[in-house]
Amino acid sequence: MMRAYVEGVGLAGPGLDGWPASLPVLSGAAEHLPAPTRVTSTALLPPNERRRAVQTVRLALAVGAEAFAAAGRNAGETATVFTSSGGDGETIHEILTVLASSNRELSPTRFHNSVHNTPAGYWGIATESRAPSSSLCCHDDSFAAGLLEAMVQATTDRRAVTLIAYDVQYPAPLSAVRPIGAPFAVALVLAPAPTAATIAGIAMTLRPRSGAASTLDVPTLEALRRSTPAARSLPLLAALVRGSTTAVTLDYLAEMALALDVTPLAGVAAETGRSEPVAG
Amino acid sequence: MSGVERRSDVSPLALSDFTVVTSLGRGQAATAAALHEGRSSLARCTFDAVPFATYAGEVAGLDDVPLAGELAGFDCRNHRLAALALRQDGFAESVAAARERYGADRIGVFLGTSTSGLLQTELAYRSRDAQTGQLPPAFDYAGTHNTYSLAAFVRATLRLAGPAFVVSTACAATAKVFGSAARMIAAGVCDAAVIGGADTLCATTLYGFHALGVVSDEPCRPFDAERRGISIGEAAGFVLLERPAARHGEDTLFLLGVGESADAYHMSSPHPEGVGARLAMERALDAAALRPADIDYINLHGTATSVGDAAEDRAVADVFGTATPCSSTKGFAGHTLGASGVVEAAFCALGILHGFMPGSPHTRSVDPGFRSRYVREGGRARIDRVISNSFGFGGANCSLVLGRVA
Repeated sequence: MMRAYVEGVGLAGPGLDGWPASLPVLSGAAEHLPAPTRVTSTALLPPNERRRAVQTVRLALAVGAEAFAAAGRNAGETATVFTSSGGDGETIHEILTVLASSNRELSPTRFHNSVHNTPAGYWGIATESRAPSSSLCCHDDSFAAGLLEAMVQATTDRRAVTLIAYDVQYPAPLSAVRPIGAPFAVALVLAPAPTAATIAGIAMTLRPRSGAASTLDVPTLEALRRSTPAARSLPLLAALVRGSTTAVTLDYLAEMALALDVTPLAGVAAETGRSEPVAG
Repeated sequence: MSGVERRSDVSPLALSDFTVVTSLGRGQAATAAALHEGRSSLARCTFDAVPFATYAGEVAGLDDVPLAGELAGFDCRNHRLAALALRQDGFAESVAAARERYGADRIGVFLGTSTSGLLQTELAYRSRDAQTGQLPPAFDYAGTHNTYSLAAFVRATLRLAGPAFVVSTACAATAKVFGSAARMIAAGVCDAAVIGGADTLCATTLYGFHALGVVSDEPCRPFDAERRGISIGEAAGFVLLERPAARHGEDTLFLLGVGESADAYHMSSPHPEGVGARLAMERALDAAALRPADIDYINLHGTATSVGDAAEDRAVADVFGTATPCSSTKGFAGHTLGASGVVEAAFCALGILHGFMPGSPHTRSVDPGFRSRYVREGGRARIDRVISNSFGFGGANCSLVLGRVA
């Protein structure tokens, strides 16, 4: 079993404007009102870069900054795992359109923005972080793959790691062959042991698939979970705001699932008092 | 899990088997012969009728080997090259034996690529419906374009069912998968892993690097005073990584350490003082519990760009001083982008196994401002432990330490 402790969350999705504002929506205390995903402007990038930044970069940096602010941890020293089911849809489309035209001159900036690890690159520059950083893809299961890599890093390397998952839509004609729901991004700062900033503990096992993945009771949130790969994280986020330990199942490829036990702060405190080596 | 120690407990893992296909040839024997003889395979680039003069390491024959049957949905240049590599050196048979030992669900697949099957989408955009703008019906996004499709294809081909993903950190991708696999095995989520990956020629990278002004109009000349930029290549390479066991003989090579860092400097240009590169090498040595003097040969990233080579020379001299032999093998088969990490790990493994140090074709006169000990002419040499560097866009750096266990 792998274990890590959530210190901070960042969130951006339709009707989910940041973590604090989303708490009542995820707990069921407030109605979910889907509105276009709002990307709060991040102070991480200088103003000229902020204007030019592509959608994936703005989303990933916004949720990452929010999660680190909540955790009170130094982003410059924390390893990161970025995960996305695709790249920046608009950038890919623009490049493909130019290359299919008679004048195949590409913009150098557009080219470097086309790589899968563009948000990770800008994150490193913005936070002055030279910590290890990876950028993953696992199609519809990209969130589960990223969570697995992050939990494994926290467990084997015994260090904090931040998972940043994001997905944006493709424009036509790619949207017809790869429809993706509303833009969505989430960041989780994970530590190998409880700290003063801990809000919940996660115990995770990779196991063969049996039974269905966790779903959400609110139809609009469940629709979002199904339509945007990064929103497959929503059952985990909902468990973070619940008052008791919750079992969450995330599908991982056709054969496997991630089985999570999510224990909110009070439970973590009790557990910490009870046993010495809580992690590992 | 129980038994996890306080520090990282990523211990040496055996490279039970490996294979590689570049423009040098198919499989270990052809590759080793070309490297040993110093034979470059770069040729004038005619791919996709690019209108500028450049040289490339193009793998011959990929148009003639379409994927068919249950794998037809994966058919694209990148997966054709991956399939070709899986058929060399008895690699698929080695994986089948591992599947018997561990079970299909206990073997992970962690691969790297930068452009995946993007060429397929480039071709589809040239055939959009004139009225609707739609892509041709035969275009398969999930099977070819999506970055994960390479791992889906390899899992299907090798009939594996363990954890999988694709790392896409530009030109450091197939180096970083060594680290992912080592962590996964250490954490107990799998017992072995197929790692590596593929990257193939496409218009996006040819025109993209040209737009950045870093594509040479002659075969690339790493570390040369008159270097003029990169030659793009294509390649696939795979490694079967697992815990050491009694069946691993004297000639087994091991992954001794992985070091990863970020530049925190620029999206497409390395830190001029090589700070990120230095950190990656230092972290890899730390992970391997080795000192710089323990390394017999450094396989450089050395793409032959003006700033990239200068930054790496500085980082290498800072870490190793000026005595450790080093070379870039990009002059042999070009810069294979996301595949370069596993390709150069395979080159290093061949050098250790066959007792040679690869040189640097096309490099005529080493930059007089450089301090590292650059090997222009390769030759016979006993090398037991090597470090191989891979650096990519976004400042993604990864160094691997490979070798025999002392």
